[in-house]
Amino acid sequence: MTPLLSMDEICGAGPEAVGGKAFSLAQIHSQGIDVPTTWCVPCHVYDTYMLRTRLKETIFFELNRKSLDTMRWEEIWDIALRIRNFFLTTPMPGDLHSALQDLIKDHCGKTLVAVRSSAPGEDDATASFAGLHDSFLNLSGTADILRHIRLVWASLYSDAALLYRRELGLDIHTSRMAVVIQEMIPSDRSGIFFGRHPSEPGESVIEAVYGLNQALVDGDIDPDRWTLHRASGRVLCHTAPERTQYAVSQNTGTGLVDLPQALREKPPLSAGDIRQIRDCGNALETHFGRPQDVEWTFVRDRLIILQARPITSTGFTETDDKRSWYLSLHRSHDNLKALYQKIEHQLIPRMIYEARQLKQIDLAALSVRALCREIQKRQEIYDHWVRVYWSDFIPFAHGIRLFGQVYNDAMAPKDPYEFMRLLEDTGLKSMERNQHLEQMAGMVRRDQALKTRLESGRGPGLDHPFTEVLNRFVDRFGDLSCSTGSGSECQYGEAGLVQVILEFAKRPGDAGTLVKPSVAGLKAAFLDRFGPDRQSFAAEILELGRESFRLRDDDNIHLGRIEARLQEAVRQGRIRQGLASTPKDDMALLAAVPALGPVTASPDQDRMPISPVNTRDRISPRQIVGHPAGPGIASGPARLIRGPEDLLCFKQGEILVCQGVDPNMTFVVPLAAGLVEERGGMLIHGAIIAREYGLPCITGASEAMALIETGTWITVDGYLGIVTCEAGDSDSGAA
Amino acid sequence: MTTSKTQALQQISRLFDSQRLAVLSTVNQDQPHTSLVAFAASPDLAHIYLLTPKTTRKYDNLTANPRVSMLINDSRNKTEDLYAAVAVTVTGRARPIDKTRHRQKLDLYLDRHPQLGEFSRAMTTAFIQVAIDRYDLVSRFQNVVKIRMAP
Repeated sequence: MTPLLSMDEICGAGPEAVGGKAFSLAQIHSQGIDVPTTWCVPCHVYDTYMLRTRLKETIFFELNRKSLDTMRWEEIWDIALRIRNFFLTTPMPGDLHSALQDLIKDHCGKTLVAVRSSAPGEDDATASFAGLHDSFLNLSGTADILRHIRLVWASLYSDAALLYRRELGLDIHTSRMAVVIQEMIPSDRSGIFFGRHPSEPGESVIEAVYGLNQALVDGDIDPDRWTLHRASGRVLCHTAPERTQYAVSQNTGTGLVDLPQALREKPPLSAGDIRQIRDCGNALETHFGRPQDVEWTFVRDRLIILQARPITSTGFTETDDKRSWYLSLHRSHDNLKALYQKIEHQLIPRMIYEARQLKQIDLAALSVRALCREIQKRQEIYDHWVRVYWSDFIPFAHGIRLFGQVYNDAMAPKDPYEFMRLLEDTGLKSMERNQHLEQMAGMVRRDQALKTRLESGRGPGLDHPFTEVLNRFVDRFGDLSCSTGSGSECQYGEAGLVQVILEFAKRPGDAGTLVKPSVAGLKAAFLDRFGPDRQSFAAEILELGRESFRLRDDDNIHLGRIEARLQEAVRQGRIRQGLASTPKDDMALLAAVPALGPVTASPDQDRMPISPVNTRDRISPRQIVGHPAGPGIASGPARLIRGPEDLLCFKQGEILVCQGVDPNMTFVVPLAAGLVEERGGMLIHGAIIAREYGLPCITGASEAMALIETGTWITVDGYLGIVTCEAGDSDSGAA
Repeated sequence: MTTSKTQALQQISRLFDSQRLAVLSTVNQDQPHTSLVAFAASPDLAHIYLLTPKTTRKYDNLTANPRVSMLINDSRNKTEDLYAAVAVTVTGRARPIDKTRHRQKLDLYLDRHPQLGEFSRAMTTAFIQVAIDRYDLVSRFQNVVKIRMAP
């Protein structure tokens, strides 16, 4: 069977062989309706590729290492990244490659084409999962087209597809993917026709924009919208947006540019155009036997149908879980650039300013009433920034992912995380904080008298230069015992900080300075992969990735400073509560801070109860599998982090084991021999900071906190992602 | 991943119910020796039983050195075994026990392997009891937990 089918051959092959999109286009074409010239790489080519390269087994292995049900989206994204890289680095078998290459060369020549997914069942009448698989635009030349065919195959396992694996019936053994190769259409105006309004059965809807319809489909541009009477086609209403931009082909996708002034006032469709679109939509409805959701475009006055599928009432956007929110974290280059400007130039300066302003207030001098108002105000400020954190900072983290994908597409590296090397050394706030700690540790190392004073719990003395450095540190970074989001408080003050500095001082003076190999060569190689016209795009994506990487850590530090100011006021409230002069004041304090009611939970309270039973009766872990997130191997006693006090008594050489590393916790990382995190993902804080220090790190080690105890000797294999716990007995079986 | 002893023992029990054969490892001096054996476990999972002719190398080995290990798993010779299969490594001490005096244990064994009735009655067939020190339960390829059984 030929690996590339023409439009006529697609019709004969059937939807199971060519997928929904290809089959539907061929049927539209058979009705004499204009569609872009289309070819199809049928599913059997995917089958052959998967079988002969043995990629099927590799992917099966990847998908089953851990249960997908227990994974966070970040981990699922990582899996999708790794699978995509398998496809990028696994060429087609020679004979298949040659056959396809010759056919593509014959048919496409130098025509600009789009390469799109066409999975069987993807667009059928019961479910529509448009957008879960990838499409690539503006490709030219056989090599590029062949590579993107593999990328479309890879998108069968995109993070979105993995999230909706149940609805899609995604199964490595049975799922298949055909690919459509389609000539690019120089669209002047484009849009969508809904044969039947989803909630108003008597109406049809046309939406239209200037340029390509991608921006409309993605929701980046508001379209003109006409509601029609379904039976007569009469226009019931027309909504015109403010027309400012339109989408054009850019790189392998689309970009937005300003709309010429003359077009801003003019709707993209005339009455005649509307009639023509509706007539065509009706013809498709008659042919397919049900109302259609049609994507169309005009090249000058020629109407071309890009796609048609049945209107479905079920789609992935209608589920009420968090998955659509996760998918909304995929941001375009333009969107991320705008978000960066907002975060860097508005939000962070505002956070810094706000924390400083709050610090000016002398809480002790406030009346009880004023203090109550202050606590409430600080709570509101903190809540506001937590919301901003979720709405702006978290989505901006996608900049790392976008860069990773662009890097991998360009370089097809063996290590899918090679791109991380270009993100390091971005001057993280937490690294800067740790350097200050190291500086203070150096002072202690050199001054035995100071060390003795600090060890005995006496302060350094007011005149000692250490005091000033310490104060500067606290001013800048807090006292280290605040932990964002955990609800724990900054309750240990400077004593805890001094304890950490003394621990730092036990290390040799030059510890913690990791000399990393230069990445200049890597950066140059990356940029070189892009032609002169795309170099600035590559450089911009890299810069965005680096900023995203830096802010991923820094935003928590800034938020931590605001939280510290809130906790400071709560602490003051607690002091006053005992001293409140009138019951009224006492009541006011209680109302101001619910936390002041019962005694706040001690950080010890959520500790696992220590079982009184003989340890021999207990199950003990031997190996726990997570994901390798920082290469290297290290052994040491585990230190489980459940509250700030665990951090403050962290000892050099211990392995940090925690649910999730928070940037406000990472001051102990220079002391750690390795990191184990229950939360999964390669781009989470723990993994980022471990890479900065060159420490072995494992993420996604589910139940590590339940299975490991503080003090247990463990080995972190950061190459394989396996935590091994000391056997604790001989393998001879001696009781 | 299993985190409680009860859960782990239930999982082992289900595995033992689903399998008839185990790999038994004995030692001769420093040389390990493996054999495929039909096994049965006591309901409390404290013991595993098996039959062997007294003329076999495994019998010689285990009477000279009672330290044995066994492997029981539910792999099906498929790619997915690496993740889907559950394996249990047993560490314990083996000794021949009297077939008549331990009739109940033998019945439990023959309940599971009725076709071995005649084999069990032969003078030259020994009934072996392995007292379990420890189970290592392996799931999803590399997740391993240890369950100590000996007092």
